[in-house]
Amino acid sequence: MLRYLASRIFQGFLVLFALYTITFFLVKAMPGDPFTGEKNIPEDVKRNMREQSGLNDPLFVQYLNYPKEVLLEGSFNYSIKKKRPVVEIIVQAFPASLALGVSALIFSVMLAIPIGVLSALRKNSWIDYSGMAVAMVGICVPSFVIGPLLQIGIATRVPMLKIAGWDSPVDIVLPAITLGLATAAYLARLTRGGMLEILSQDYIRTARAKGLSTGRIMIVHALRGGLIPSVAFIGPAFATLISGSFIVESIFQVPGMGQHFVNAIIDRDEFLVLGLALFYGLLVVVMNLVADLLVGFLNPRVRIAELDA
Amino acid sequence: MPSLLRPTLRTLGAAASAAAVLGMVGCGGPSPVEKATAEKTLLLGNAAEPQGLDPHLVSGVIESNIIRALFEGLCAEHPSENGTPLPGVAERWEANDRFTEWTFHLRENARWSDGHPLTAHDFIFAFQRILNPRLGSEYSFMLYYIIGAEDYHQRRRTKAVCADAPALPIPWETIEKEVNLSGNPEAAEGSFENKGLDHLSTAELRQLREEPSLFPWPASIPRDTGKFLIDQLIAFDESGESLWDKIGVAATAVDDHTLHVKLRGPMPFLPELTKHYTWFPVPEHVIHEYGAEENRFTEWTRPGNLVSNGAFTLKSWRINDHIEVVRNPAYWDADQVQLNAIRYFPISNVYTEARMFFNDQLHATYTLGPELIAYSREHRPESLRNELYLGTYFIRCNVTRPPLDDPRVRHALSLALDQQSMIDNVLQGGQKPARGLVPPSGEYESPDLVRFDPEEARRLLAEAGYPDGKGFPDIRFLTTDRESAKRGAEALQGMWKEHLNISIGIDQMEWATYLSTMFRKDYDLAAGGWIGDYLDPTTFLDMWQKDGGNNRTGWSSPEYERLLREAEQIADPLARYRKLQEAESLFLEERPILPLYWYTRNYLIHPDVKGWHPLLLDNHPYKFVRLEDSSASAE
Repeated sequence: MLRYLASRIFQGFLVLFALYTITFFLVKAMPGDPFTGEKNIPEDVKRNMREQSGLNDPLFVQYLNYPKEVLLEGSFNYSIKKKRPVVEIIVQAFPASLALGVSALIFSVMLAIPIGVLSALRKNSWIDYSGMAVAMVGICVPSFVIGPLLQIGIATRVPMLKIAGWDSPVDIVLPAITLGLATAAYLARLTRGGMLEILSQDYIRTARAKGLSTGRIMIVHALRGGLIPSVAFIGPAFATLISGSFIVESIFQVPGMGQHFVNAIIDRDEFLVLGLALFYGLLVVVMNLVADLLVGFLNPRVRIAELDA
Repeated sequence: MPSLLRPTLRTLGAAASAAAVLGMVGCGGPSPVEKATAEKTLLLGNAAEPQGLDPHLVSGVIESNIIRALFEGLCAEHPSENGTPLPGVAERWEANDRFTEWTFHLRENARWSDGHPLTAHDFIFAFQRILNPRLGSEYSFMLYYIIGAEDYHQRRRTKAVCADAPALPIPWETIEKEVNLSGNPEAAEGSFENKGLDHLSTAELRQLREEPSLFPWPASIPRDTGKFLIDQLIAFDESGESLWDKIGVAATAVDDHTLHVKLRGPMPFLPELTKHYTWFPVPEHVIHEYGAEENRFTEWTRPGNLVSNGAFTLKSWRINDHIEVVRNPAYWDADQVQLNAIRYFPISNVYTEARMFFNDQLHATYTLGPELIAYSREHRPESLRNELYLGTYFIRCNVTRPPLDDPRVRHALSLALDQQSMIDNVLQGGQKPARGLVPPSGEYESPDLVRFDPEEARRLLAEAGYPDGKGFPDIRFLTTDRESAKRGAEALQGMWKEHLNISIGIDQMEWATYLSTMFRKDYDLAAGGWIGDYLDPTTFLDMWQKDGGNNRTGWSSPEYERLLREAEQIADPLARYRKLQEAESLFLEERPILPLYWYTRNYLIHPDVKGWHPLLLDNHPYKFVRLEDSSASAE
């Protein structure tokens, strides 16, 4: 187990380094630089600006300097546009994204798992059809449509709710629904598929033959196996949810990570782009690992196969 | 399985009734705006997260909106009159007859928000800092009017040290013309040639003395002259004298409360300029506490650290959420300030911003999308504002490329633009057709030379060799990737097709790519615009000089520059305007840009907000703004 963990961590490290390399050179390949603005900046002023951010060094030196600073000094450098440490920006933005992502995930799980299970149980009934139709709508309708609809339809009618803003705990409700809906839709279909497969297994038939109640069969025997595809999906989906969504954040004024992702690229804010990409990469790596461990816990076959490998 | 369904329905029912209860509970409470009005807190939409609050390191309107609440310059903005300066830190000021020398008398009770006295030395420090080339301020040129300021900012060290040296072997003019003083950006990064003589460190100068071949000395400069220059520069560096003093930058603190500046030409509108944040004082004692003055990344502007001298001080700053400023009790005119606080929200989504306003979450929006203007006019006419703004939208022509190198083609393209139709059908924001480059402001009137005349356009195009558009080369119009930019570009494309029978392609590019493509002059026609920094035509005219970094058209005219230089030396404001009109007329006759419309600002403002008047620069002085419950007065 420990060897497995160590090898996965090593792999994760390689993934992050590859991510850094690709991001670094992509950022450098973009036209324009962080100092490009509507007003012209004289060349010597630009040189001084670059100097302070270490951007006058040769490209390869810059490429090596950054990981050195990250590993040795724990410094992710400064956002050139916002003039703050990248770490500070992430630390300020991540709690909002985390809260929103967790709420969105809870919302989607609470909505999707029951729908998926019910649809599987009542396969080809009106429950199945309507549940899956709703899921299909959730997948197809983008958040920039759902968000404003919720703002107009709900926020204007329920006085506790605001159109946008991030002051009180209820402010999380509408963005979490908007963000969670697409995940919920996908999750519901995965759960339905997983459950259908399990429900056709011999051991379920055996359980029925033994006269066990449907509830017991579902909870004790079917759910554990039926949720495997969903759990494998939830890991990376969770990483995506908590790393922020530009659209949901800008519709609901959520001070999270998503806006930084997009604006940092528009601004050519090199170190912020690198910091955010690495942070997101780290989240995906960790969440994938957690999901794999969970799947191993749910499914003994996976555990054995991977340990053997 | 009904048994499984029933609890679900029950839960849903419970949730629904809980929501209804929550709704009822919420019904009685005041809206955020009502609450904020009662607390005298102004809630403002502010478009985007500011790039900082250091007046020396920003250049945008969003930052200016906050900085004007925190800091105050020598003169202050009038709440309702354009171009009328009110006393700020200076309680009075006077100029000589030619408006080239100004004395500002600072009020003795001026204080920083931490109680520290604010003196003329703070202004000198601020001027030195923004002009310090190592800081890398984007807006230093706003102080170039002060004698020596440009030399200091460009670090013209050799000129300051050697130009008047009695033993100079050859005339300074030759040296200035021949020697690479300011650096060559094309040369290898970090090489002596790349840096230029002015920017070499003492150690590098010593190295150069030993090895003169490290620097590209022109053949016309004798070896002993080069050595002389190097020796003089080393001696200056070793003397410890400041470059500021050596150059003699003409801004001095006569005493703690008197500031004196000498300008390189008459500037009757200097008080106007001092309202711009580039001229604001910054607290030396605080900046030094958090690091070197040229360090761009210190924490002096964070809440708790920032010390300011304006009507408000910084209370909180959450990135992408809000910035709050609160009343500054140490402000000299604190009794005048009616607001307790201002909250700025960086709302980039214009629809969200409008919805927030309609739902009573904001006192004023930053802007209003054209799609929402008609709706607002119908539902909230009392809140809708449409005000002239000091800005011009135009299309740049790359005059280095055919066929745009022919002024007749440029004129034809310009005359084919139906400005009014564009405004009525595409922009829908009540903009004004641009009759020239400089928008109407004060007593200056733009020469009325831009118009829509398709007949004349066709005639000129035929004269240029393209009758009925035949044989016209493929050229493209560069614009940004915004949806509104696309709509505008398609309308222009349609007009050129309809009136001139020419097809012009559209290139939409992401913002930074669009900018760098334009900087490289890798375009034929490009969307552009300019917002004035201060109320004077030069804020629109200066940029079209040959070396103007914002010109980007490849156009220049010695005659145009002569007229501008002449205007610079005229002290009589009206005579000066006439000279500037001459320059603008010449510019429009050449037509390197095609002016389309003068900007307006469309936004929504709540009736509770009082003392908020239309201003051309949109620089509302918050100390005159009040919040009064309009529903109470209506009742």
